[in-house]
Amino acid sequence: MTTYIVRRLIAMPLLLLGVITVAFLLTYFTAADPLTSIIGERQMNNPAVVEAARERWGLDRSLPERYLIYLGNLVTGDMGTSFRTRQPVAQDLMVRLPATLELVIAAMFLGTIFGVVLGVLAARFRDGPIDNIARLFALVGASAPVFWSGLLVLFIFSVQLGWLPGPGRIDTRAVAPPFVTGFYTVDALLAGDWAGFRSVLMHLVLPASVLGWTVTGIVSRMVRASMLDVLSQEYILAARAKGAGPLRVLIHHALRNAMLPTLTILGFSFAYLITGAILTETIFSWPGIGSYAVAAARGLDHPAIVGVTIVGGAAFLISNLLTDIAYALVDPRVKLSQQESS
Amino acid sequence: MSAAVTRNAGRRAILPHWATLPVVFGGIIVLLWVVVGITIPLWTPYDPTMLAGGRFQPPNASHWLGTDALGRDVLTRTLYGVRHSLPIAALVIFCAVLIGGTLGAIAGFVGGLVDSIIMRLVDVTLSFPPILLAMAVTAALGPGLGNAAIAMVIVWWPIYARLMRAQVLSVREREHVEAAIAAGATRPRVLTKHILPLCWSPIIVNATMDFGQVVLLAASLSFIGLGAVPPTPEWGQMISDGALHFYRWWIAAGPGIAILSIVLGFNFLGDGLRDFLDPRSK
Repeated sequence: MTTYIVRRLIAMPLLLLGVITVAFLLTYFTAADPLTSIIGERQMNNPAVVEAARERWGLDRSLPERYLIYLGNLVTGDMGTSFRTRQPVAQDLMVRLPATLELVIAAMFLGTIFGVVLGVLAARFRDGPIDNIARLFALVGASAPVFWSGLLVLFIFSVQLGWLPGPGRIDTRAVAPPFVTGFYTVDALLAGDWAGFRSVLMHLVLPASVLGWTVTGIVSRMVRASMLDVLSQEYILAARAKGAGPLRVLIHHALRNAMLPTLTILGFSFAYLITGAILTETIFSWPGIGSYAVAAARGLDHPAIVGVTIVGGAAFLISNLLTDIAYALVDPRVKLSQQESS
Repeated sequence: MSAAVTRNAGRRAILPHWATLPVVFGGIIVLLWVVVGITIPLWTPYDPTMLAGGRFQPPNASHWLGTDALGRDVLTRTLYGVRHSLPIAALVIFCAVLIGGTLGAIAGFVGGLVDSIIMRLVDVTLSFPPILLAMAVTAALGPGLGNAAIAMVIVWWPIYARLMRAQVLSVREREHVEAAIAAGATRPRVLTKHILPLCWSPIIVNATMDFGQVVLLAASLSFIGLGAVPPTPEWGQMISDGALHFYRWWIAAGPGIAILSIVLGFNFLGDGLRDFLDPRSK
């Protein structure tokens, strides 16, 4: 067990280096000339401008040279300058990270709560209509494209019913709460701004629900399976025999033990949420890393693409690592040697 | 428990035992889309890229799902969309299985340095969130459905490489392989004749389950603007059109329901197959 975790931890930096290298190489072998997106089509005919820009952005150097410079800068937290925003990429990402984290955490919260409730109900009323409805709900959530379901809920709840605000993190006329953590909910509370907090929370509901729905299915299936495992065990029978009520048996005796394996898939669902956040942010004009990634990819903004790919890869790697470790800790039956890829 | 057993026994009499409700339901949805994709020009009154009426008509008798910003029939474009989604998904899965399967088989069979190199490549590729890697690759190659397909193969091949390698490793230990080697079969012959034929079933199941995910990712890339280019009637591209004309909900409704139904169909299929193969999850 310990050797497994240590080996995984040792492999981490190597994988991260692999991620950085792949991300860097990708933009080198690009079909379009990045200069076009820096100085614009019209200036491309002007050799003096082209030459100056080439030198200014270091595009005149060789590949290994650029790679080493990039690595060296990366160590100091410098990811280069975005062609599009003309800001340091690392700074762009730092500013946008809290927005994405706030959305993903809220989505994970909603998705997990719904998933657990559905999973418990499905296990309790196994093979009954509730089980089937829960399964359908979860499958639809995993199958619906978030860039369409996002549009749909915006249209229904914001435009038609007027219950919830439209896109964005906060009302367009309102001022963002003073920056402390970057989480608008926390910052509004810290500033003692209750109206602002309420507005921020209302803005979170739709995107977090749409995004959270995508992982409801993963959570509910896991909870259902482990609840069924637990419910068939003898101590449940003993608890019933001693006169514990059905709800108490279900929540106190069964769910508590069924939750442990469920915790392990939270990391897995986090990986899912990163993917979903990219599209959800685009629909909800959410100023996070996802919408930044889309804008960078559309605008062929190479430094930004590399930066965002590295950050996404790192987040993905860490969540996968935590998932695997949690899984190994929770379920000793897992043959660790088989999980290894080598 | 006993009720479930008798119910299963009753069903077995009529249908094969893998034909559970989800599998049949999913299969019908997918089959319907395949039929639509093949026969669509025979029975739609409109052309997917031609003007069919006024702009922004809400759903009505002659345009069941209304018309878009250019006055094209949304239903026609939606149905034609399957001609892009399904072939691309099939192509991506086929290439990913071919490339991943081959490399995985080599890694598992040869072992040593070759194995290490291939599997490190797999590890690194799987370290990216799929959509992010696909976006970066498509951005590098330039927007377009073909490039998006290449990007998706790059995203998916490592999954099959891992699967195939694990299969080869376990089949390699069986006695008939030992017998074949003892009888003097060459190494390529052992791999292709004695090991590979026994490795396919989990890969086929996995491919079925991935089909829906590929359709979804292809539409996502087009939605972002990296896949299909206008005026291609591609679902993600159409929803991105619909997002521009947000208050005309029907423009995005057709392609949205199309993606939902086809992905749901494949997920039902995959879900049912997994239940059948892994009794623990039942």
